[in-house]
Amino acid sequence: MAFGKDHELHQRRFGRNLGLGLALLAFVAVMFGLTVVKIERGGMTQGFDHVLRPEMLPREDAQ
Amino acid sequence: MTDLTSTLDQTRAGDAGFGDYVTLLKPRVMTLVVFTAFAGLMVAPGGLHPMEGFAAILFIALGGGASGALNMWWDADIDARMRRTRNRPVPAGTVRADEAMALGLALSGISVLMLGLATNWFAAGLLAFTIFFYVVVYTMWLKRWTPQNIVIGGAAGAFPPMIGWAAVTGGVAVESALMFALIFLWTPPHFWALALFMKSDYADAGVPMLNVTHGRPATRRHILAYTVMLAALAVGTGFTVIGGPVYLATAIVLNLMFLKGAVTIWRRDDAAAEADNYAVERAFFRLSLYFLFAHFGALIVDAALVRLGWGLF
Repeated sequence: MAFGKDHELHQRRFGRNLGLGLALLAFVAVMFGLTVVKIERGGMTQGFDHVLRPEMLPREDAQ
Repeated sequence: MTDLTSTLDQTRAGDAGFGDYVTLLKPRVMTLVVFTAFAGLMVAPGGLHPMEGFAAILFIALGGGASGALNMWWDADIDARMRRTRNRPVPAGTVRADEAMALGLALSGISVLMLGLATNWFAAGLLAFTIFFYVVVYTMWLKRWTPQNIVIGGAAGAFPPMIGWAAVTGGVAVESALMFALIFLWTPPHFWALALFMKSDYADAGVPMLNVTHGRPATRRHILAYTVMLAALAVGTGFTVIGGPVYLATAIVLNLMFLKGAVTIWRRDDAAAEADNYAVERAFFRLSLYFLFAHFGALIVDAALVRLGWGLF
């Protein structure tokens, strides 16, 4: 006798896999959206970009 | 065929559907967490980018869900004995207790880390403390030990608006403490009213609820005392920076109704309650559900009015 393809177990596992897949996709979308916003706002990107920034020099050097 | 079918049926335990995992996160509690955290975000001075605000609420809610899963892991024995909770995934056998624990721990870590990255680390720390408080202080320690379990455990549920506020401002303030106190003082009358008409549930489970340890007349007195304190605080909040005309009107009307219910509960005894199948206690409990949503909804409306330039206060 063939193993029934549409056994309730399969439906439950498919639902679980689908749910997990959608949750992961949503997480990726949130991460992407947050990254875009953070970069556009520029709050934490001014770190080690090898460009001279006068505001980081001592006051007398900057003048 | 028979062997195969019976083997498949045996896999039901520990082979849950996606919905069972969602149930572990206590979605109804999450609704309240989302709503009150959103209120905290809205009334806080300053603002977040909508995407940051969305992420903040999402991860605060996820942290709340993680606490729910850890609560269901630890309390599976109690849940199995109470009518209200015996169909939860762990006592029902659809999710294994260790799975609930793993899900709870993983989501706790993800939610705290992501809230820190999305907003600030103060808010993330507050979320971590909330999870710790609910799971360790309330669930593991106080719930089975003291009849004041609901009072102290209620603090955990009171943190979300504070976390929402902290996500915007990076700290705490009197206003965020007032929102905390609103939920903190609301929790005991809400749960004690439930305990009055779900009579045998907590006693069957051996949970030392006030009505089990100190008797039902004492519970009725406690409901009134907390409702009086809650009314003073809720109406008083209307005169602070976060209050406004909509909030003040809502608070006055609802607290008068809540006080009336609490006084009626206090003045009657169990014989009267049995006679009408706890109609007053049930109505008070139903009102308590609307009470909190209406208060935080009114705070959101007033904050929106101020942002639109239509604020009166």
